Amino acid sequence: MDRLRFYLNDRLIEEPGLSPTLTLLRYLRDRAHLVGTKEGCAEGDCGACTVAVLEQDAKGAPVLRAINSCLLLLPMVQGKRVYTVEALKEGGKPHMVQEVLASGLGSQCGYCTPGVAMALLEACHRKDLDEPWKLDAQMCGNLCRCTGYRPIREAAARVAGVGPPDRFARALSETRPESMALAYSAGAQRYFTPASFQELWDVLDAHPEARFVVGGTDLSLEVTKRFTEPPLLVSLEALPVLRTLEPRDGGHRLGAAVWLTDLEDYARGTCPPLERMLRYFGARQIKNRATVGGNLCTASPIGDLAPVLISLGAEAVLLSRTGERRMALEDFFVDYRRTALRQGELLAAVEVPAQPVGARSLAYKVSKRRELDISAVSAGFRVVVDAAGQVLEARLAYGGMGPRPARARRVEQALVGQPWTEERLEAALPRLDEDFTPRTDHRGSAWYRAQVAKNLLRGFFQETLESPSPRLEAHHSATVQVR
Amino acid sequence: MSTMPPPFAVPRTLETSSPLHAPAPHESGLKHASGEALYVDDLPSPPGTLVGHIIASPHAHARLVRQEAARARALPGVHAVLFAEDIPGENDIGPVLHDEPLLADGEVHCVGQAVALVLAESAALCRQAARLVELEYEVLPALLSIREAVAADAFLSEPHTIRRGEPEAALATAPVRIEGECMTGAQDHFYLETQAALAVLEEDGALRIWSSTQHPSEVQAKVAEVMGLGRHQVVVEVPRMGGGFGGKETQAAPFAALAALGATRTRRPVKVWLNRDQDMAQTGKRHPFWARYEAGFSEEGLLLGLKAELVSDGGWSNDLSRAILDRALFHMDNAYFLANVQVTGRVARTNFPSNTAFRGFGGPQGMYVVEEVLNRAAERLGMDPAELRRRNFYREAPAHRTHYEQPVEGNRLPRIHAELMASSEYTRRRAEIDQYNASSRWTKRGIGYQPVKFGISFTTSFLNQAGAFAVIYADGSVQLNHGGTEMGQGLHTKMRAVCAHELGVSLERVRVMNTATDKVPNTSATAASSGSDLNGQAVKAACETLRERLRPIAARLLQVERGEAEALAFASGQVFHPERPQRSVSFTEVTQAAYLAQVSLSATGYYRTPDISYDRVAGRGRPFHYFAFGAAVVEVEVSSLTGEHRVRRVDILHDVGNSLIPSIDRGQVEGGFVQGLGWLTCEEVLFDEKGRLLTHSPDTYKIPALGDVPKDFQVALLEKAPQEDTIHGSKAVGEPPFMLAIGAVTALRHAIAAFAPPRAEVHLASPATPEAILRAVEAARATPR
Repeated sequence: MDRLRFYLNDRLIEEPGLSPTLTLLRYLRDRAHLVGTKEGCAEGDCGACTVAVLEQDAKGAPVLRAINSCLLLLPMVQGKRVYTVEALKEGGKPHMVQEVLASGLGSQCGYCTPGVAMALLEACHRKDLDEPWKLDAQMCGNLCRCTGYRPIREAAARVAGVGPPDRFARALSETRPESMALAYSAGAQRYFTPASFQELWDVLDAHPEARFVVGGTDLSLEVTKRFTEPPLLVSLEALPVLRTLEPRDGGHRLGAAVWLTDLEDYARGTCPPLERMLRYFGARQIKNRATVGGNLCTASPIGDLAPVLISLGAEAVLLSRTGERRMALEDFFVDYRRTALRQGELLAAVEVPAQPVGARSLAYKVSKRRELDISAVSAGFRVVVDAAGQVLEARLAYGGMGPRPARARRVEQALVGQPWTEERLEAALPRLDEDFTPRTDHRGSAWYRAQVAKNLLRGFFQETLESPSPRLEAHHSATVQVR
Repeated sequence: MSTMPPPFAVPRTLETSSPLHAPAPHESGLKHASGEALYVDDLPSPPGTLVGHIIASPHAHARLVRQEAARARALPGVHAVLFAEDIPGENDIGPVLHDEPLLADGEVHCVGQAVALVLAESAALCRQAARLVELEYEVLPALLSIREAVAADAFLSEPHTIRRGEPEAALATAPVRIEGECMTGAQDHFYLETQAALAVLEEDGALRIWSSTQHPSEVQAKVAEVMGLGRHQVVVEVPRMGGGFGGKETQAAPFAALAALGATRTRRPVKVWLNRDQDMAQTGKRHPFWARYEAGFSEEGLLLGLKAELVSDGGWSNDLSRAILDRALFHMDNAYFLANVQVTGRVARTNFPSNTAFRGFGGPQGMYVVEEVLNRAAERLGMDPAELRRRNFYREAPAHRTHYEQPVEGNRLPRIHAELMASSEYTRRRAEIDQYNASSRWTKRGIGYQPVKFGISFTTSFLNQAGAFAVIYADGSVQLNHGGTEMGQGLHTKMRAVCAHELGVSLERVRVMNTATDKVPNTSATAASSGSDLNGQAVKAACETLRERLRPIAARLLQVERGEAEALAFASGQVFHPERPQRSVSFTEVTQAAYLAQVSLSATGYYRTPDISYDRVAGRGRPFHYFAFGAAVVEVEVSSLTGEHRVRRVDILHDVGNSLIPSIDRGQVEGGFVQGLGWLTCEEVLFDEKGRLLTHSPDTYKIPALGDVPKDFQVALLEKAPQEDTIHGSKAVGEPPFMLAIGAVTALRHAIAAFAPPRAEVHLASPATPEAILRAVEAARATPR
């Protein structure tokens, strides 16, 4: 059996006997005695545990990415280079991000600060921070309770894209990726990261109880919050084909293991509704690990990719030893947190077809807080209107309205064949109450969900009057962008 | 995007001038950013340290009918499972009244109340052992809202009233009458560092404790009581806190006491550290308040009479609830003269974790009520709410006395009002907003103005005292100890500057030590915004004593006349006569000479606030040393489709006297304001029908994130505003800015009102979440025209 093996602040770590569900954060604090990295929530919602990991982006280029160490299980950094806040100083001299934070009073109590510094480190080595809102998106995964954020925002503006010639720049230019492949066991726990489908199918045959994992942003919560120790995990992170992200037949093929950060980059300009949804999908640290397949396969009713992809007519591509099968994405979701996946089968990709001419299409997300929150209601809409102004097709998909993401079929039926007017839309909206019976919980009441679900369609109508898929402005006040 | 000229990275040449009244970085800033700053959980654990794990009640109210821990104790690696009967001293952790058992004694009163303590070699073992502890409960009826508590006549205090004038008569004759009820919600402190304590048993049963607390002396006192020790047997040390905000004033003590109990019983070091979910579920929050009010106004918007009844949700025990209620009543006036007023308050007892101190300490809850009344009046009268507020400001005598008859001296609000109205261009923007709203169908904008007057001092008068202990070593380096704790607010940065100023040395010469009860005893909590005021004076006193001892030594070295010693200046690391600065002797030479001359180089300093007293029975007196002032203008945009909003711009002008360190104070103003925004807009504490906290982690409890803060965030400190009789003319800053955020509520109401016909009143619940706003918008739209 293999050993866990990774580089911590440029030192090779090879330790036997560690649990494969030990998080990197606990390893850093309890075993490596690197206590600069803090635990603020152990669920990826505060950013105090942020570290930087040298990764490869969708095109295979080396990138430094800020990641929540609280949700990283040790095998997820197999062969990778991990940097903690302790790596920032070189020769006793503070790094630029540290100087900027300290001189600008970007810290008060200092507990979130190591995480802030590491998110800033990613910012200073990014090349694409060319709009101010991107800085907010870069930093929204770091909660600070003291400063009110103004100095942190200013620090981000100062360091963004500077790319100093530091040890990280050297690592980015010099490091060659190592294999993540792993077949590891410790005690009763096992963790496999197969490097080929052949190995994968063999593992699945031998261990039908295996659970898939890639980013772990959802699954790791079972470890950090419920304190369970999943006995057997199979990571799909080392299968390059699952990371395909490319145009396909006028549409797009989105590999299941594609990181959302990469998808966000890709969607910019190529798929406006997807871009809009990803804007407030989660924190940078989460998007740096979360994947297309992970978001879909948890089959949560409030998974944010599902509504937008369903509205775009996406197809799920399922793969097993026996071959491939396809289904409409809405059929992939069978029930609350249940998918159509069979034993020994995995979601390989989602294919988004070419969009019909004249399609209006957008996606919305409503939550208590704009950034880094879970939807009360989310939606993806596509309406195709012919030259005469008649609705040819309506695909209205919602999250948060029932046990699974689903289309508002009755509203759709009421719209198709009708003129696309405010009046006809108003006439169709009451049908939404037949499509869904939302529930009341801490994210919103049934009344709120039902009301917002209708209002999102009203907003969609208004917003797409002049442009079929408008982009989100930098500092819009709401998910629907109408005056 | 930009290269990096640091804003003021290079410290000014500190050897050449006083560090006071100039911007400076936080003294631990670089350590924060490098991860070298140590918090309790970061300290190296002594060998053999055990984990202390709390078994908490799963019921809101229940009788504990059976407890059995034999199977848990038998688990290898488990060292003890302790219950109430294992406590050698008094089983109580109540800070004021002795009404709060540390471990449940037969009955539990809230979900999360500590029932037992498991001590084992790892957290995982603790959890495993906890599952083997058999606890049987008989569930009892629980009170899960203020309303239920009131109906059941369940209170933690008698009603307390402050009254002046003839409110009934004023209400009866007022041309405009407003009556109603309002609620403000709880707020979790969400300090990034959760509660933590490490206890080590020393010789003779003595204990040394590292605690993340704002109140080390109280931790010391409670540990001593629980363990049956004298306080001299307990030393509590605070390295620094990762945020406090009031949540570690009283509520750090139970975790320190449990660590102490565990360490004593197992004779091993014990650490008690709560994870986020435990912390949020087990600790108290900001008190929710319910209020009913009647107010009468003149047609010109003058508040002629006000009667209000407040009930706070104290949770299951007193904690600081009574003092918090008092402060709410004291701040019912906010900035406004109330000629005829009666305010009554009472603390309800519910089956929730005991609610506790939180930045503002009841002030925000009291102020919210009067601000709601003023907003409704402005809406009813069709008047600009900023102008209505200005008309009600405290004025010349006799309209300068608060409802408890303390004169509002040095009222800076008229000046602040004028300056802020001009700098924020309030009037022009309000007109522009009206234009925007007339042409905008789905979104509306609003602007709100919020003045704040906040009383500075502990309202329990004897708490207004502080101590310091300064040590000069023969080499001229200085250790400074003071009674305040550093939770991020920059107290140590200020205290170091005061010390360096008094001794005329560079900041680098002065090291601020961890706060420890064996250095400075009998301290008050670092709370009530008073940290710098109280400790600053004590530090100054200690350093003055030392400086005066050094003066004759320096005079001898400089060979100046005896009579001239008084005139010697201590500055820039030198001692010299101001008229002959070219002839100087270094501070180090003086301290070395003093040592050789057998002069003591350590001294204590002490301060108590003069001239404060309050007769609680009469509701009359001078509870506050002075008042802090500030005002904010907030602009928002509201979506009528989703209820989402965005804060577009904030302008703040705040009075901190002559700021000790302006960069630190600005941080307090900004951070306090944003925390207030959180309380009022996105932070919602929700329990289920069994009294279990639903919002027990940042997954479900939403504090403001970076994008919630406006890009256009203008903060200025009032210039040339020295305060009499305070440390170097400065004023307290910790709490007052929190309440400036109420301006966001006024702004939201303005925007929501634009969906209604003119002069309609807005019905907006707190916190103003998207759902609350959407409900208010729908109600506004439904208002008959």
